[in-house]
Parts: sequence; C-alpha cells; structure tokens
Amino acid sequence: MTIRVGESATAPSFQKAALPLLQDAQLRHNIGHATDVIQRKRAQVVAETTDWQNLRTAASAIKAHTLRHLDHYLLQFEKACTAAGGHVHWASDADEANQIIAELVRHYRSDEVIKIKTMTTDETGLNEALEHAGIQPVETDLGELILQLGHEKPSHIVGPSLHINRQQVGAIFREQMHQPALSDEPEELTNAARRYLREKFLSVKVGISGANFLAADTGSVCIVESEGNGRMCLTMPDVLISLAGIEKIIPTFRDLGVFLQLLPRSATGERMNPYNSVWTGVRPGDGPQHFHVVLLDNGRTRILADHEARQTLQCIRCGACLNTCPVYRQTSGLAYGSGYSGPIGAIVTPQLLGLQHAQSLPYASSLCGACYEVCPVKINIPEVLIHLRGRVVREQKSALDPEALAMKTAAAIFTSHRRFEAAQRLGRLGQVPFVSKGWVRSLPGMLGNWTRVRDLRALPKQTFREWWRERGKAERGHND
Amino acid sequence: MRVSLFITCYNDTLFPNTGKAVVCLLERLGHTIDFPFEQTCCGQMHYNTGYQQEAMPLMRRFVEIFGDAEAVCIPSSSCVAMIRDHYPKMAAEQNDPGLARAVDDLLPRVYELTELLVHRFGLEDVGAYFPHRVTYHASCHSQRSLHLGDVPLRLLRHVRGIDLVDLPNIDRCCGFGGTFAIKMGDVSAAMLADKMKDVEATQAEVITAVDTSCLMHIFGGLHRQHAQVRMAHIAEILAPTESDAPEAA
Repeated sequence: MTIRVGESATAPSFQKAALPLLQDAQLRHNIGHATDVIQRKRAQVVAETTDWQNLRTAASAIKAHTLRHLDHYLLQFEKACTAAGGHVHWASDADEANQIIAELVRHYRSDEVIKIKTMTTDETGLNEALEHAGIQPVETDLGELILQLGHEKPSHIVGPSLHINRQQVGAIFREQMHQPALSDEPEELTNAARRYLREKFLSVKVGISGANFLAADTGSVCIVESEGNGRMCLTMPDVLISLAGIEKIIPTFRDLGVFLQLLPRSATGERMNPYNSVWTGVRPGDGPQHFHVVLLDNGRTRILADHEARQTLQCIRCGACLNTCPVYRQTSGLAYGSGYSGPIGAIVTPQLLGLQHAQSLPYASSLCGACYEVCPVKINIPEVLIHLRGRVVREQKSALDPEALAMKTAAAIFTSHRRFEAAQRLGRLGQVPFVSKGWVRSLPGMLGNWTRVRDLRALPKQTFREWWRERGKAERGHND
Repeated sequence: MRVSLFITCYNDTLFPNTGKAVVCLLERLGHTIDFPFEQTCCGQMHYNTGYQQEAMPLMRRFVEIFGDAEAVCIPSSSCVAMIRDHYPKMAAEQNDPGLARAVDDLLPRVYELTELLVHRFGLEDVGAYFPHRVTYHASCHSQRSLHLGDVPLRLLRHVRGIDLVDLPNIDRCCGFGGTFAIKMGDVSAAMLADKMKDVEATQAEVITAVDTSCLMHIFGGLHRQHAQVRMAHIAEILAPTESDAPEAA
C-alpha cells in the first residue's frame, strides 16, 4: 500500500512550516483580506436562506447514513454507472489510482491530458505520475494553472493560488507562456490564460476530473465550478476519466438538492455555482464517448473504521472552515503539508496518512470552534482534533517524553487537593528567580514559548482558597 | 440560594481576585457561597492536549465533589464547556452507568457565572458601578460552546458609569487555546498580535471577558508592550457598587 497525501509524509512539522509564512507580511495580508471577503459574502447568502440549520442537519444526516452503508451505495453506483456506459475502477491506494489512469491515457493513445481542478489528484500525486509516464497534464483552472506554471503549492482548498498576487502571476505567465509583452493587468492575464487554454481544449483528447458528488441511484457524477474550464474538459475530449474518493457518494440524485444549496454558499459565497455539470455514463454523439470513474480508498476505509473520527469523511471540500480559521488565516494552507489545509486538513491528512506522519497537525488549532460553526455538513472538527491528539499521545508518545511526564505529574497533583495546595505553595517559592516587579518576563524550556511575546503575572501571595480559609476563620472563629 | 463555587485551578492559583469578586457579587445578591476545598481542576488541559486517560479521575472527582450541589457556579466558560461537552462522553466510555447518570443529573445544575445571573436568577442589572472605558472579548467557548450570545453584554450594559466600547472582530480567537500557546507559540503570537491591535483600537482602559485564561493571554501580550490597558474578569466589573471605594475593582 502506498498511501500518499500530497507531500505530507515528508513535510516539516506545522510549527516549522509556519515560521517563514508568519514572517511573510504580504502573504498574511493577502490571506486575511481574501478570507474576510469570502466570509462576508458567505454570511450574506447564508442569512438569506430560511432553513440553513435544517439544510446542515439534512446534509450531515445524508452523509452519515451513506458512510454507514458505504459498501451498498458504492456497488449501486458501480452498477448504475456501468449500465449507463461508464467504466468503474477500484483503487486501494494512490499508486494504484495513478497507474490505472496512466494506463487508460496510454490506451487511448494520448500524451497529454486536460484537467479540472481536483483535490484528489493532488492527494495521489497524479501529475508527477503522469509526467513520469511521459504524459503531460495541463491544469485548466486558472488558479491551478498559475500554480502549475509557477511550480507553486496550493494555499487554499477552493482558491489554490490565493497567496499569489497579480504581479507574481504576470511574471509567471511572461516566462512560462513566452509572452514578454504581457502586463500585470487582470484582463490581459486572464486573456492570456484563455488563449493558452483554448488551444488545449480544442486539441487534447483526454480530460481528467475529480467529482463533487456521485449519485448512487443514477450513477451520475456532479461537478460544480466557476470558470467554465470544467465544462470544456467534461464535454470536449473523447475520453473522460474521473478520480473520486469513495466518500463522495450520496444515495440519490435528489440529494443534490440539499448539497447544491450548501456547497456554493459555503465555498464562494454564491447562491449557485456558475457552472453545474451532472453527467451519467456516455451518450452517443454527445460529449466524451469513453467515460471512466476511478474510486479511490487511499486510507479512507481506515477513517471509516474509527467510529469517533468517521465524520471526517462527510467533508464536501467547501473551504469554509479555512476562511473562518484564525490559525489558517496566519499561515495560509502552505503550512499543512498537502493540498488539504486548514482545520479539515488538520484532521484529514494525519488520518489518511497514519499518525506517525503529520502528528503535529492535530495540534494546529486553538480549538476555537469556528470551523464547526460554519461547516455545512456539521463535522465537529474540534472533537475530532481532540480525539486525534489522544491517539497521538497513546500511540506515538514515549512515556519519557517531557510533555507526557509533565502532564502525568500535573494529573497526579490534581487528583489530591492536598498535593494541589502543596504545588501552589511550591510554585510561589520556585518562581522567585523569575519574578521581577510582580511579573515573569522569561521562563526556561517549553514555557519560554509563552514569555517570548507575553508577560506572565507572578503567582500572588495568596491563592483563592487560602483567602477563603482565612476569611472563614475570621468570620467563624474556628478552623476548617 | 446556596451556590457551590468551582473556582477553577488557574483562577485559584493565579487570579484569586476573580474568585473574590464572584463571592462579593453573589453574596451581595443574597446568596450563600459554598467552597468545597477538595476541588482542583476539571481536566480540560489534559483532555484537550490528548491526555484523556489522565482527565478521567478529575472528572470523577468533580462529579463526586459537586454531585449534591444546588447550583455550581464556574467563572470560566472553557471549564464549563469541558464539563458540558465532554463529561457525558467520558462517562459513557467508562462503562459505569452510575457515573453516566450522575453526570447527566449534575449538568443542568452547572452554570457559568453570567448564565447563573441571567438565566437562573433572571437578572441583568446587578447594581454594579464601574466608571471606566471597557471593551468585552467574547471568548471562543462562551460563544461557540455555551452559546452565551449577548448574555455577558446585557449584564455589562446595565453597569452604572461604564463606557462600553465594541471590540472589533469580537468573536475571533485570541490565540490562547491552552497548550496551543506553548506548542504552537509562533502562530499563537501572530493571532495575539491581531487581537492586541483590535483592543488598542478601542482605547479601552479595561479589557474584560468571562474567561480569565484568555485575558491572561491578551493582557500578557499587552503588558509586554507597555500598553495602557488592564484586565478584569467580568465578575470584577459586576461586583463593585457605588458605595464601594472608587477603585474597588
């Protein structure tokens, strides 16, 4: 098994990756501004619905039901899709998925593919695998194209090039498209991308997509997008290959009625996506004549088996949790080691990949709860984060780890009020070397992370309980 | 009413004035305070950091110590959130039906301070006097776990002499997050910087919240930068009256 989630297996810890990003004032400004704008738009279009909370509840229930009966719905999808002229493939891991797709492309004798924005091919590292097999992947989503040409990493689930400004885009296009006269004006840049992509849409025979939803009853695949590049990729090539995680299944076509209200509002603050594509198998003389769906596990069944974390698989990749997250806002998605960033990335990546990798991610949250509040499918991300932290401690931490020792000592102190009171008194004595004018300005070890930018008030002369005891004595004139 | 006070470990140790103000306020309103000395910590730090096994005995202690209380008052929304959000699940995992029942039975009697005042006692005007420019930080747990909404603000708006000024981005996390501030020190510091900017924009003399922990974090940063702001738990604003000395708070 080669479970892969982007490059997160070899990525540095969140703390380490965050540091240079925090020092990039431009990046923090760009991300802060962009997420503020999306959040404002989201709030407006959510407020105008009369049944938002009911929609969330319905979506969560549909997803939870589907996950409980995933085997049934996957087989139902396979049957319906096959009956409509599609071909369904099953991939247990990233390598298998990439291999299936590369072989299909070769089978149809193409050395180039056009791609719609898909998180899942990012997860499996499909582009690198295709290049390795001598096949050139061409990203057609504007954001993804910028990243591909500029050899950059995605910073946001929905807007992958959120961190790149138009001057940087201009520089990338001038060099990579060999158009030295191109300015930094948005119109010129989008026109350049349009011309570049049109040629590809008209000439490339194989399209590759992900999937937003797979309807089990009809075997239909649904993709929503904003730029129309997706519609081109889905309709113009002879061959269409869709890579989809097994959790993308919903029981019925009708269920789209719930999700297509939630997704655009949550993702881009729109009532509806500009392009909503739903297709079922193949139709003679209309659109691609060869259609393949690759259903990907790559660690998903492992998440499914963990009862407490299973809700992770309800995600519809809207990115609302990123936009509202105060941690994401500071670092962008570039600190999370894969395309799955923000709060959802912090729970998806370590689970898909296994906790031995990416074990800093469950701690990349202050547990403020903003993600849970906006999640359109009600994933209780803080609860899953805490659960994963528990697993990190139980499965990964040595008993001699300084943090584990400190925590166990603290627990032993807290289980007896006499020990607790003794510790309070000891703390007062122990702090003396660090206190100056009632404040602690520097502490050793891990605690130095606090005093690097914050002062800490020294322990007061009297704890609350000492005051209470003294007051009781004074009032009642007897001992407790 | 006989109110049992769970002061919380950090208020007990670091911020006794919070507890004194709670006592002063509730006694002034005619209630009797009970303070069980056996109390220590709710287990939040352990639970949220991944040491869930270590939090279990602390949950049991809390339930044993406060099981018979008429009402438990806790001047910290994050500790209330720990108890309300996680104790039932923890008890269920222990396969101890008696414990699970005891938790279910106790939870409706556990109140965060402002909940106790507004929801249980039906009070919004507690007769307080605090003639200062104050801004209120809505802590994460108070909003998104306890769903306090404007409950603390309703109490503050009734305080005589107060000049209450809105904090921009009131609902955004200050970056404390318990051990997060240590484990992810740099990210936490960046979040704190944003919060301090917002606090300073209000030109408030005092920043308040229902959680001393967030205040310790925000004020710790402000103090390092010699900002002219001080911190006060909401109890320290609601406790003093006009008959107290001017600087009673």
